[in-house]
Amino acid sequence: MNWGSVSAFFAMGGYAGFVWGSYGVAMLCLVIESVLLVARRRSALRDLNRS
Amino acid sequence: MTQRINWLKYAAPQTFYPLAGALVPWCYVLAAALCIAGLYVGFFVAPTDAQQGEAYRIIFIHVASAWMSMFLYVVMAFWAGVGLALNTRLSSMMASAVAPTGALMTFIALWTGSLWGKPTWGTWWVWDARLTSELILLFLYLGFLSLQAAIDDPRRADKAGAVIALTGVVNVPIIYFSVQWWNTLHQGASVSLTRSPSMAATMLTGMLLIALAFWMYSIGAALARVRCIILERERTADWVRALPEVRT
Repeated sequence: MNWGSVSAFFAMGGYAGFVWGSYGVAMLCLVIESVLLVARRRSALRDLNRS
Repeated sequence: MTQRINWLKYAAPQTFYPLAGALVPWCYVLAAALCIAGLYVGFFVAPTDAQQGEAYRIIFIHVASAWMSMFLYVVMAFWAGVGLALNTRLSSMMASAVAPTGALMTFIALWTGSLWGKPTWGTWWVWDARLTSELILLFLYLGFLSLQAAIDDPRRADKAGAVIALTGVVNVPIIYFSVQWWNTLHQGASVSLTRSPSMAATMLTGMLLIALAFWMYSIGAALARVRCIILERERTADWVRALPEVRT
């Protein structure tokens, strides 16, 4: 185990902004893509049901 | 007698659509499990780096996304090329389905690289070979996507996109070997086939787990997207009309 406390974990040895900025934005990208995919499928099915 | 499976059967959108639908949830479940395992190893098992401190932990996501960005481009170019040569609909749809995820992986690689470069090199960006060629990769993806979006006829869009995809594939070996061919700030390959990895075993494990998670995620996203593309393009086909999710 590398971290003495929870706050030490979040501080990332002073590199919190860089490390969490990387992981946060990457996760956000994957979540946004997944949401867009669900929306695209819904809209494709809606179009099919309408016509 | 060995039983022969007719793989070409799955070249038809009609048979591929349900197969992809069955695979998508498994891909996402595996991606989530591998991601959790990889983050655990990366943050709690792998030790602090002697030179870079905790900033090095960006490596797990950076290398995984950079690998995927190059690999997905080759996959996209392959399917686009097959579609161009054999005129198979599903191949071109696969190329279109892979492109957005590839562009996303390229963006993540550039973003995390920038956030890693600042604390270790002292700059967010330099115009050196590795960074510039990766940026060109992003533009190739965006060029492919915008060209396809600009052409109304899907078959013509497929052909035009395939030309960009196949031309741009020359950039992939340039990215990969850029750290050997030119002097660059970017460090050399951490993992290579010809020599043992230049990092601790636990660091390597974390990196490979996240890379596998990104693989599974990318396959899941591409298959989910190709299902949407099939629904959009084959909307007049009888089998689409007969799907349980359509026939309501």
